[in-house]
Order: sequence, then structure tokens, then C-alpha cells
Amino acid sequence: MTDGILTLDAGALSAAVRSGEVTAVEAVEAYLAQVAVQEPEVDAFLSLDADAAIAAAEAVDRARASGAALGPLAGVPVAFKDNLCTTAFPTTAASKILEGWVPPYNATVVDRVLAAGAIAIGKTNLDEFAMGSSTENSGYKITRNPHDLDRVPGGSSGGSAAVIASRMALLALGSDTGGSIRQPASLSGIVGLKPTYGRVSRYGLLAYASSLDQIGPMAATVKDAALMAEVIFGHDPMDATSLRAPIPALVNALMEGVTSFRVGLVSDLLEVASPAVASAVGRAAATLAQLGAKVETISIPELALGLPAYYVVAPAEASSNLARYDGVRYGFRGNGETAEEMMVASRSEGFGDEVKRRIMLGTYALSAGYYDAFYLRAQRVRSLVRTAFQEAYSRFDLLLSPTSPTTAFKIGERSEDPVEMYRSDVCTIPSNLSGDPAISVPFGDEDGLPIGVQLMGPALSEERLLRAAFALESARAEEGER
Amino acid sequence: MTSGISKADVVHVARLARLNLAPDEVAAHQEQLSRILDLVGAMDDDRLAQMPAMAHTQDLVNVLREDVAVPGLPREMLLRSAPDVEGEFFRIPKILGEPE
Repeated sequence: MTDGILTLDAGALSAAVRSGEVTAVEAVEAYLAQVAVQEPEVDAFLSLDADAAIAAAEAVDRARASGAALGPLAGVPVAFKDNLCTTAFPTTAASKILEGWVPPYNATVVDRVLAAGAIAIGKTNLDEFAMGSSTENSGYKITRNPHDLDRVPGGSSGGSAAVIASRMALLALGSDTGGSIRQPASLSGIVGLKPTYGRVSRYGLLAYASSLDQIGPMAATVKDAALMAEVIFGHDPMDATSLRAPIPALVNALMEGVTSFRVGLVSDLLEVASPAVASAVGRAAATLAQLGAKVETISIPELALGLPAYYVVAPAEASSNLARYDGVRYGFRGNGETAEEMMVASRSEGFGDEVKRRIMLGTYALSAGYYDAFYLRAQRVRSLVRTAFQEAYSRFDLLLSPTSPTTAFKIGERSEDPVEMYRSDVCTIPSNLSGDPAISVPFGDEDGLPIGVQLMGPALSEERLLRAAFALESARAEEGER
Repeated sequence: MTSGISKADVVHVARLARLNLAPDEVAAHQEQLSRILDLVGAMDDDRLAQMPAMAHTQDLVNVLREDVAVPGLPREMLLRSAPDVEGEFFRIPKILGEPE
């Protein structure tokens, strides 16, 4: 049994740990052996603690021996994006300004995943403060796409995506402000779910743009993503925006199929995609139709305004959120004779270029004279996008589109041109602006580089999204067997 | 729509954001911010004037809980993360500098 550990999905592995067929220590050792092989090439982790992982696994095995009931993720190796607070690991958001900082508390999601019996392997690389689409904006290192080491894994949750794609952990958490779970999932060939805003507590997430940020699961399969979603969903009194909605049984619903679903294929987002990506999305639409869904094309031209609105709203919120990094209470402190000089030195030396760029963009967009033209206008666009989605969801249960216009690009290819990089997010941003859920699921490849398709739905429609994603995943698997 | 940003504006915004930019950084940010402002300046639709400004996806007003005191994080634990402390306080350089 122990030979096949790496082939088990999270549900099967934790069932094997609960039944005693596999020990948690055996499970973690199998994954640590994989880390030893893959990490030197992929460079996905900002911190790793093998000894702590083994110790945590021993604790799970002892709990089982003492007759305690084990959780739904018992013995499952997990990785956390490094913008989630953890007391057992430093938390840097890949920024030099937080180098070595160890938070005094765990994020709610971290506590929930650990309470379910999962074993933390380490913290994953990201674009500094989650600002980027390639993980190249990390203050520490470049993470490589396991499918082609010359290419980016996507971003900003690129470390988490690469960890799953190279099987260095079975589940990971990412955060998604404009596509930062779904785009790296697409480029790295894994599943990434951005839940409805408020589904998952943000307590302990280092804030980038608070009205858009949402934490979600990243996994090798739809079923694993659903399992992790069940663990992290739910109200948390520590987050005032946390929803009180009941948590549906997601895993058990997966097999229910798509026969009653009306699916809208979003033509405007197909037009921005490369031919290979557009063709994969077309095949996904045909597959859903074959499985009994009613698929029609829909044009939602308002979505094109999402990209410019996002690059006003997100930097505006970031310029306010990141004001807290001033060298006083935590993190890096620069030298200065006065408090203000010290703060300027701390921020100028501690933040990287992209973070400075977005802070300045946000400060500009909020400043007197430009507020109406930029920030207020972007907020009106947000209403327009939400209204357009509401109209679409009155006719369709789900919308289908590309996740990213292209497959994984080369390291360095877009890093000198922020505007070109920003365009990577055109298909994912609208769901953040409206607060609705969306998922990326692998559907084919172009010359070995994975292609992801995106399913979007109205608020609280995660069950539907996962069912449709599961149907696509299963259809691909059957095709592969033929 | 405004497009482009002057060097003086870049320096001014950096000062508001408590950032110090080297001259070559000012030039680079001027070029890049101008291009980004061109991108975000493209928000145009006849219906925008009728659209309410949306700051958030939820219509939250107040989120209340029972008025029961619960312990916060211990002071010593929080001070441990600080770059400089004195007793139970964060220590920083003097707040009032020399006149400019």
C-alpha cells in the first residue's frame, strides 16, 4: 500500500490513514521524498519544515492509536500560500518587508485545515503581497512551472500551483483577488476554486484588496478541491464579511451530473484567447452539451471593462492596506533620524517594484482631482459588471470561458511590461468584482502545456461549479483511456 | 480622460505613499504608470452615470456580537515581532524632525 501513496487522492489517503492501512508518517515521508526530488528544480516553497511535518504526522498516528476520531484530511500533506498567517512558519507574503516575521496567530483557514488532520509541509511562493500573475514578483525567488521549467507557473498563487502539479503536497491553499488561484491553476494543470466572497474567512490573510480577496482550495482533482472546500467554508466571527450561509455537501454532489444545467459560452472572452485555448473551451462546451447540458453562446461586452476597473479598485485598496507596513510594529525597519524618515526608508527598501507601482497607482487614483475620474468610475463599472452578470445568470446556471488567454509563458517574457502582465487576468477579474464564485479545471493542453477552462456562477453556486468541473474532468479521463 | 503622469506627479504621489524613489526609478515609474493610466482610462460606457458606485459586494451595515469581553493576544507576544521596543512600548525615532 505504501508504494502507491502518491497515487491516492486526498479522500482516499485520509480514509487509508483513518483505517490504519497507511500511517500518517508513511504518507508524509512519501511526500517529503517527492519534495527532495522536485523542489530543487521547481523552487515552490518559501519555508519547509520536514521535522515538524513528521512530528505532526506522529501526533495523528498517536491520536488514532488512542482511539480518537480523525478528521476528513487526516494525514494529508498540505501547503499554504505564504500570505496566510501561520505560527509554525514565518509568513512573508514573499516581501522583504516581512522577512523572518512569525505571526502570533494562525489564519482561520490554517486552523481549520490542521484541525481536520492535515499535515503542513510548508509555505509557498507568490508574487509579493499577491500582486502579479507569474510569481516573478516574489522578493525571494522564481518558481518554475513543473510542466516546463523555463516557464512561469502563473500567479500570484504560483507556488501553491507548482506544489500540487509536482505532487509535493496533495492540497494547497491560495488566495484570489483578480484570478490568483484560477490563473496559476490553469497554467500549471490543476484545479483551483475561488469561492463566493465571504464563503471563506479572511482572518489571518495578509490583505491586498479586501473587497476582492478570497481564499480557496487548489488541488490535483475536482474531488480534492471539493473536500478541502468543505473544510474551509463557513462562518467565522473573526471576519465581519464572513457569510452565514449553510455549507452544502460538495463531494457527495459531484456525481449528480449536468443534465439540467443551462451553460452560457461567453463569446467575448473566447475572442481574447489564443486559438488553442479557444478551441479547448469549445471542446469543453461540446462535452457539456453531450452530457446533457443546454449550451448557448452569450455575449457580455461589459466584462471587458472589468480589467481597467480592477486595476483601479485593487491598487486603491492596496495603497490603504499596505500603509500598515511602516517599520513600527513588525517586519523590516530602515534607518532614519525621524519617525517619518524611518518609515520612508523601511517602505522604500522593503517593498519591491510592483508593490510600489500599485501603491502609487492607488494613491494617485484616490487623490483629490483624480478620485472621480478613476476610483468613482471604477466603482460604477463594478456595478455595471455585476448587473451584466445578474442578467446572464437569469438565463444561465453557469458561464464557460477560458481561465487565461494563453498557456504558461516563458520566465521573463512579460515581467518587463506590467500592462501586458495585467492582461493575463482579463477572464478571471470579473468574478472578483461581482463577488461570485468561479473554478478553473484542466481541459487539454497545447504542446504539453496545460489549458484550463473556467466555469463561473452566481453567488453560492459552488456545488454547481464543482459538478460541472467534475463532469469535464471525468470526460477527459475517459477520453484518455480510449 | 487624463492620460500620462508627470515626473512631478510621480514624486508627489511617492511622497504621499511614504516612498523614496531614486531618479531612475522616477523615470521608470513615470513611463509605466502612464501606460497603466492609459489602460485604466478606458472605462467608458453610456450607462455608467446611472450605475451606483459599488464599494463592496455585500450590503453589510453593522455586524454585531454579544457584548462579552474575550481575551486578545498577549502584549508580550505582539511586542516580540517589533523591530524595537522599550518596556511595554514600541520604540521609534523622534517624531518631530528638523524644519525642512
